[in-house]
Amino acid sequence: MKTPAPNNVHLALRVNGEEQQVSFAPYKTLLEVLREDLNLTGTKHGCELGECGACAVLVEGVPVLSCLALALDCEGRAIETVEALASGGKLHPLQAAFADLGGAQCGYCTPGILMTAKALLEREPNPSRERIKEAISGNLCRCTGYQQIYESIEEAARTMQESKR
Amino acid sequence: MTKRLDVIGRPRRRVDGRAKVTGLTRFADDVILPRMLHCKLLRSPHPHATIESIDVSRAQAYPGVHLVLTGKDFPVTFGILPVTQDEYPLAPERVRYVGDPVAAVIARDEQTAFEALDLIDVKYQPLKTISDPEEALATPEPRIQSYGEQGNIHRLQAFEFGDVNEAFARADHVFEDVFFYQGNTHLPIEQHASVAAVDGEGKLTLWSSTQVPHYIHRALASALQIPPAHVRVIACPNGGGFGGKCDLHNHEIVVSKAAILLGRPVKICLTREEVFYMHRGRHPVLMKMRTGVTKDGKITAMHTQTLLDGGAYGGYGAASTFYTGVLQTVTYEIPRYKFDACRTFTNKPPCGPKRGHGTPQPRFGQEVQLDKIAEKLKIDPADFRLGIVAKPNTLTANWLKIGTIGLAECIRKVVASSDWKNKYRKLPEGRGVGLACGAYLCGAGLPIYWNKMPQSGVQLLIDRSGQVTVFCGATEIGQGSDDVLAAIVAEVLGIDAYDVRCVTGDTGLTPVDLGSYSSRVTVMMGNAAIQAAERLRDLIAQAAAEHMETLPENVGFARGRVFRADDPCKLMSFREAIVLAEEKFGTLGSVGSYSPPRSPGRYKGAGVGPSPAYSYTACVVEAEVDRNTGWITVPKVWIAHDIGRAINPVSARGQVEGSVYMGLGEALMEEQVFRRLPPKLSNALVHKIPSLLEYKSLTSLDMPEVFTELVEDPDPNCPFGAKEVGQGPLLPVMPAVANAVYDAIGVRIDELPITPDKVLAALEKKAKGETPRVGPESFPEVPFPEPMLVPPPWEGGDGNSVNTPRRTPGKKEAVA
Repeated sequence: MKTPAPNNVHLALRVNGEEQQVSFAPYKTLLEVLREDLNLTGTKHGCELGECGACAVLVEGVPVLSCLALALDCEGRAIETVEALASGGKLHPLQAAFADLGGAQCGYCTPGILMTAKALLEREPNPSRERIKEAISGNLCRCTGYQQIYESIEEAARTMQESKR
Repeated sequence: MTKRLDVIGRPRRRVDGRAKVTGLTRFADDVILPRMLHCKLLRSPHPHATIESIDVSRAQAYPGVHLVLTGKDFPVTFGILPVTQDEYPLAPERVRYVGDPVAAVIARDEQTAFEALDLIDVKYQPLKTISDPEEALATPEPRIQSYGEQGNIHRLQAFEFGDVNEAFARADHVFEDVFFYQGNTHLPIEQHASVAAVDGEGKLTLWSSTQVPHYIHRALASALQIPPAHVRVIACPNGGGFGGKCDLHNHEIVVSKAAILLGRPVKICLTREEVFYMHRGRHPVLMKMRTGVTKDGKITAMHTQTLLDGGAYGGYGAASTFYTGVLQTVTYEIPRYKFDACRTFTNKPPCGPKRGHGTPQPRFGQEVQLDKIAEKLKIDPADFRLGIVAKPNTLTANWLKIGTIGLAECIRKVVASSDWKNKYRKLPEGRGVGLACGAYLCGAGLPIYWNKMPQSGVQLLIDRSGQVTVFCGATEIGQGSDDVLAAIVAEVLGIDAYDVRCVTGDTGLTPVDLGSYSSRVTVMMGNAAIQAAERLRDLIAQAAAEHMETLPENVGFARGRVFRADDPCKLMSFREAIVLAEEKFGTLGSVGSYSPPRSPGRYKGAGVGPSPAYSYTACVVEAEVDRNTGWITVPKVWIAHDIGRAINPVSARGQVEGSVYMGLGEALMEEQVFRRLPPKLSNALVHKIPSLLEYKSLTSLDMPEVFTELVEDPDPNCPFGAKEVGQGPLLPVMPAVANAVYDAIGVRIDELPITPDKVLAALEKKAKGETPRVGPESFPEVPFPEPMLVPPPWEGGDGNSVNTPRRTPGKKEAVA
């Protein structure tokens, strides 16, 4: 017989700017806690092995594969998911560009790519096509052939630059 | 219709675009219901074995486990095709591939269900394993399935449209080549998930990652032996389909049964490894192509033979078998055509439809062979093809009706954009260009079960608030079917696409549409939507005409206004017009439906291949080959697709580029291959690379620049002239890569994928002065039956066969 399941841990996670009290089994990944315990189903999964990038979220502004991160390790750290990208009813420039320019087809890899791209543009507001390719090379997309994704990120970069002027 | 188009053809944000970028699109695994339990399947570790016993008592006693199911809980077999009812939700007596499900645990959470799987004791008696088609042909016993043609042959087909041997004898050259196309898989990033629940009335609802809710509805009711009227299937938007979500899958039946037994919602989400084992992807196909040509570059006849590795079950395989031959005739003028196909059973995950369903394999062979022919005849491959392109409004040798055909224009476009004339045979050693073409269906002419009902239905609801809701069974798998639906309704009613609400893919609410497969949605759903919207527009026009004191024919609809066409200053808002119509006619609604035109072929087997229209594509690929490593880099692809008309050019371009991407994967790296474990570890036939890391697909760093052009020649059978774009553009990519590799380094790789080891092997042969080719050497003896003889239209035929071939003795269909 298996050993009995360990007791839940109870801690506070800082998700999308809100502090959330959550109780979960200690072996759970950040992905599982976000989707199953916090109902933040915008974050997707395609492998649970760190291979596809669909589950990427930002932890302290850095893209992290949430399927490989223990939720326990994220206590007190700022976690951002796709749900927080739009502010109020207004889409983030990345979201608007992906919707307008075909960056999202089925939309399944989209949240992970949006979060990865957000981190890129925060680091490098005006990235070259080559830098964009490198930045999203860990996010697999089976629909688009990537071109409209690059164009969406470039368009968002332009919009964000213009809004700063 | 000469009306200016306000919605169709304009680049727009798709109507579901906002949901997809906000994470609000609800995929099947995002469905979370109160009191929901979780299911996991125990899968066979053996490729072929009888089950001697299953003891589930320890699993049942495990804390948190609610139910354990085995084969004896499912007495009825199932299968997506009515003629192929050969699958069990859980195998009762025999397993046929590693991954075949044998038991299910339903528990309070996924982790508990996983743990309990280990507590199920299954005793297997291994049987001889059949690993490939040649072994299947040579090994009639043990039979993997008890039906089929004979031994381990599932299907045999043979057709001859005119005497090909006579035409080969008249040819100046007859080319014979053998090609192999390795299997590969869909790899949607969304793993299949399903949730089943029983509602307050005791009826079953299944939310699922499926492309075909209507077929699932029918097959599920049959598998569970419950009335179809008590079943509702909701196709959640798919996180990619590509054909992999077209079967009724074991897990969909299992969670439905569990929900009924437990009275609680039950969810399953497959692991990535399970998705690899469930497969249903591209069939590995060995092909022999014979083509007769005159010295001035005309084809006299073509003979295609195919041998398919079907895996352990039928699935869509009977249709796949036909598709390895029937569409060879719609691109070029082929006066006589012969086609033999054989599908075998092997102890591997079943193959099925993947983007292009059965046609990429023979298209690869045909287009590479044409490249060889052009070289021999000393004709430029583009000019050679331009000289043989099929004519519009003609019949093919096998009685398919070609309507519009923009292939010549596609070829001219890619020749110009790629600067073909200055590159072909002119680039430095190690760099080359290759050209190839393709064609695809815009919807299969016949449904998978025989009936005379519409293949797509659309219903419209409209009321005084101004809201327009459109209901259709079509399924959003990422391709943009909701956007096509909204755009067409909006165009007819003169409103904005974003003012149309789509309710789709729900068999409890939406009229039947057969689903998202065979590139049928735009044409079939689109035509049904036009009919429904025009009927509603006519009602509104009558009411508005009375008010504006004119005739209904003189009422115009555009940009949210209803107006007098002869005096556009007399106008009202769309909403005001609806109020008038509701006053005049009462509650408003309309329906539309679509059935494809009847195909002229009358012979048995003529049902596979006909389509309301065919799309065409031409492609040029540039390749750079590293002679030291064999590594192939593709810097750029030029592609032109005959789409008839693009409903939304943003989405259309995305489909073309996505096809190029997937095609390059199939050409260069993707392969679903198996290996035997060592005998001390059971000798099982297991998937070599069941993970996203090891199953190589293109990343953003591998993907070349793609130059896409759309050829728009509206087809009268299609809504606003729009043909398909989801599958056709894949087809020319693989042969164009192979032809580019030849142009670059002078070696022929006659099998896919073209991996560095094959390139190096071919270069080594070339260095030794041997034939610089890597590929299959021969096509085995296959007991093809006497062909059905059908004279082509120009040889006095009427579409019927002139003989009645003997069927194989002992042939049996798997019908429960």
